[in-house]
Amino acid sequence: MEQNIKSERSIISIIKKLRSLRKPSKRAVVPERLFRKCNGCGELISKGSMEEKLFTCPQCDYHFNIFARDRMDMLLDEYTVINGTARFIDPIDFPGYKAKYKENRKKSGLREGILTVAGHIEGIELVVVSLDNSFFMGSMGSYIGEEITRAFEYAGERNLPILIFSTSGGARMQEGIFSLMQMAKTSIAVDRYGQTKNLYISCMTHPTTGGVTASFASLGDIVLAEPGALIGFAGARVIKETIKGELPEGFQRAEFLRDKGFLDDIVHRGQMREYIYRLLKLHGYRSCRI
Amino acid sequence: MIRELEESIKELEERERDSRVFNIKRRRMMSRYGSRLSAYNRVQLARHEKRPKAMDFIENIIAEPMLFHGDRLFSDDRSIIGGIGYLEDIPITFIGTNKGKTLEENIEYNFGMPRPEGYRKALRLMKQAEKFNRPIITFIDTPGAYPGVDAEERGQGEAIARNILEMGKLEVPVVSVVTGEGGSGGALALSVANRIIMMENSIFSILSPEGFATILWKDGSRYKEATEVMKLTAKELCDYNIIDRVIEEDISFSIEGFQENFLRLKKVILEELDILMKKSPDELVSERQEKFRKDWGRVLIGHTNKENI
Repeated sequence: MEQNIKSERSIISIIKKLRSLRKPSKRAVVPERLFRKCNGCGELISKGSMEEKLFTCPQCDYHFNIFARDRMDMLLDEYTVINGTARFIDPIDFPGYKAKYKENRKKSGLREGILTVAGHIEGIELVVVSLDNSFFMGSMGSYIGEEITRAFEYAGERNLPILIFSTSGGARMQEGIFSLMQMAKTSIAVDRYGQTKNLYISCMTHPTTGGVTASFASLGDIVLAEPGALIGFAGARVIKETIKGELPEGFQRAEFLRDKGFLDDIVHRGQMREYIYRLLKLHGYRSCRI
Repeated sequence: MIRELEESIKELEERERDSRVFNIKRRRMMSRYGSRLSAYNRVQLARHEKRPKAMDFIENIIAEPMLFHGDRLFSDDRSIIGGIGYLEDIPITFIGTNKGKTLEENIEYNFGMPRPEGYRKALRLMKQAEKFNRPIITFIDTPGAYPGVDAEERGQGEAIARNILEMGKLEVPVVSVVTGEGGSGGALALSVANRIIMMENSIFSILSPEGFATILWKDGSRYKEATEVMKLTAKELCDYNIIDRVIEEDISFSIEGFQENFLRLKKVILEELDILMKKSPDELVSERQEKFRKDWGRVLIGHTNKENI
């Protein structure tokens, strides 16, 4: 009981912090709208009530896509960013990649589709990585593959648990075979980290597909997802074309995957912080506060 | 151009009964064609229905092959063939993604597109190879993992991810050979190896050129254009250090015509195994893991464009 009150209180404080932290100047300029239509139920939701609900619909629990920054803000007590400066890598000299990359930076206000931080939940230290699908659909190229790998190495060296939120269109096509190689690199990083006997929690959020599903995201000690998240290897359109038929109801949704045995649990964004806290505590990670 | 090539080789085969004369003439003919082959022509060769399939490679390279079945969890995926045999006198485990040469065969082998049970069967055989300290050779010829409802239901993504992770830590030598098409994660799931070898006219790519064009340009019909920019030929990938060796190929559209190629490949695998089998399990694992650990951003500085934006 006490814990519930505590986590509720902390959620409120997080929201307050979230608002104070929001710096629109650093982000893409989104026109100020007071209401937003829910992609799930179609209801108009006031911005205020949506934010209070951590960007989920108060009516139908639809989980909106969020910036990696916002995710960290709502999850952690405090944190420091540890990923390196994003570099533009064009390994196969792909025509038009550079222009598209610049355009994505401008549009999203981000330098790349990944954020790695070291932070605390109720005083317990952990590494959290979040992909950000506002940049190139969160697709995994050489830079993201390297950052994921470094996050595992960083956590392993310091005996810290690691939590990864994935949201990705899959491999970044513009980097050709080099993107494919990131699947091997990150999966092997999971294995090496695993040898330190530390906890890797993978949380798949909407949408997680292709090469990310088929590598580190599926390899957590504990694999979670947000409600309704689309998770799969092959794209729905490709499958439809292949089988020349309709797809079953709820196909490739988080609930479908859980029923088929590929997720440990589905966790609502509002409960995420407490859920992760309980996992960390049970695995013996202790608060470093005195 | 590939049809033209196929016809002239066929004609030559009929005209020259003496295999030595045939080989010399073919080589002369190839040197005329070789430099003219575009990336797209290589894709056509890699996918050619008469090109030897994984089963042919196995039968022509491995002695006394015994085929085994099933993943012990769900079923036996026919698109993945695997078992044990000898390479010269070395007991080895082999695994291949098999395509057919006729429509019936292709339906049987699902056009070389494995389902999760196929990857799990491959993993089972690889784990067994590790137990009995046998080197593993994989033969890859797949458009990719099967995109179907059942495959997704049984965790295609998880099966591929698991294979990649587990292959990374196998304590025996692993050599992968791309014989035809190496498509996407479905190919990578069998090629986390100490050495990756490609036949000269095989391809290895992030996705099929058709899929690539669809995703990037929303127009699958631009696949020819895609092949030219994807960097998917053996030579290009070797220059990038993604793969280790390329086996020179005499172009042929028959098993008999491929004999020289088989011999060359066998020789190279033996050479590599000779090196790898002297290594300790720890060395094999750490070298394989390091191979895939490269920070490509850093490796590529000086190779392609260097400037940052």
